[in-house]
Amino acid sequence: MAIKSLHKRESQLANSKRQLEILSNGIFQNGELPTFKDKIAESNQFPLKAQKLEILQINVGYMCNQVCEHCHVDAGPDRKEIMTKDTMQQCLEVIKKTGAHTLDLTGGAPEMNPNFRWFVEEAAKAGIKDFIVRSNLTIIRANKKYHDLPEFFKKHNVHVVSSMPHWTRGKTDKQRGDGVFDKSIQALKDLNTVGYGMKDSSLRLDLVYNPSGAFLPSDQASMEKDFKKALLEDFNIHFHNLFAITNLPISRFLDYLIASENYEDYMYALVEAYNPSAVANVMCTNTISVSWDGYLYDCDFNQMLQLTVNSKSKHISDYNEDLLEGRNIVISQHCYGCTAGAGSSCQGTVA
Amino acid sequence: MQKTYYDPADLRKFGKITEWSEELGNKFFEYYGKVFEEGALSAREKALIALAVSHTEQCPYCIDAYTKDTLQRGITKEEMMEAIHVGAAIKSGATLVHGVQMMNKVNKLEM
Repeated sequence: MAIKSLHKRESQLANSKRQLEILSNGIFQNGELPTFKDKIAESNQFPLKAQKLEILQINVGYMCNQVCEHCHVDAGPDRKEIMTKDTMQQCLEVIKKTGAHTLDLTGGAPEMNPNFRWFVEEAAKAGIKDFIVRSNLTIIRANKKYHDLPEFFKKHNVHVVSSMPHWTRGKTDKQRGDGVFDKSIQALKDLNTVGYGMKDSSLRLDLVYNPSGAFLPSDQASMEKDFKKALLEDFNIHFHNLFAITNLPISRFLDYLIASENYEDYMYALVEAYNPSAVANVMCTNTISVSWDGYLYDCDFNQMLQLTVNSKSKHISDYNEDLLEGRNIVISQHCYGCTAGAGSSCQGTVA
Repeated sequence: MQKTYYDPADLRKFGKITEWSEELGNKFFEYYGKVFEEGALSAREKALIALAVSHTEQCPYCIDAYTKDTLQRGITKEEMMEAIHVGAAIKSGATLVHGVQMMNKVNKLEM
């Protein structure tokens, strides 16, 4: 279990340039494996182009109460990058005029931003159709001031999407830290109590499954069946859908892959599982990711690699949907993570 | 020439066997793929059977492949180890049940 973020440890991999070098060198440089660009060109899908914007994903800060081993954000209690109220105000201006139907708040633990509730209240007034908060669950139990979050989410009809790597304590705690499983179970019960995740309830509660190691997720539908059965039988917990998400080889997960000597095998597995039909629906084609300091990216992963959008409109303050539509998506070898098997996105599989 | 009989990287080359006998290779992989589809047994049950048989066959490639496959399916370590014990029990039972043959022979030969 990592205690500190890569940034705090001053690890080489805290530098996004170093990560991009690793992803371009070695097996991708010597031709053992094709680059992502060459691979999508085989099926005439290069350059990958953004289509109509549907999802605006805002990362309100990298601070988190957990330090998960696989975290692509390198989030943790020691990260101080937090979106200011001014930047939130700029985001609200965009939310009011955007054609996007989904607003997706993420972090870190988004709830730890001191202006989180104000932002949710203001954004809810903008009347977006699907309003997602990516909650790590344990934050609800972390401190008394967060205990009423389920009621707060309910009041604003927030769609809660929460990470849960397994239905057993051992696998969950190994990835997310000691005690995370028990707190997550309690938080799920709290959410169920106010109506979240219940059959026919309009209060949406979905879970995210990330593999706890150097392997790809299995079939989303059968994993959902297993999760539902186990969580209901063991804890009487209900939820709506499971999103199976592939871990992308960046940040702490890349660090883990290299340290455990799994990097090459993992890249082989991603390339072997490449599915051209997943490319058409990758999330960057309908998503804009906004960082804590207001810059625009094709996805949250590109944000962490500091690959800003290939457009004149690069910041929320000069956001221009017309300029952003049709832009060429910035790619590297990490993109194989979104096109493996049934594909992967923040909303689960895509193919 | 490699210095060991087994190389983990060879598992990735399994598909290449079709290059020297395309029709038979393709037929094999088609059959193999079909076997592991959901059927009267679930794909999950089949993965556990495959893991157990990988051990009784003592095939390092298969152990590598089906350990990963069962992990991907969310199968727990406890389930994986129990499956291997099933294989081990059959292996040891298969050895021991031949003891009856030995006993029969002894009984026949001894006065």
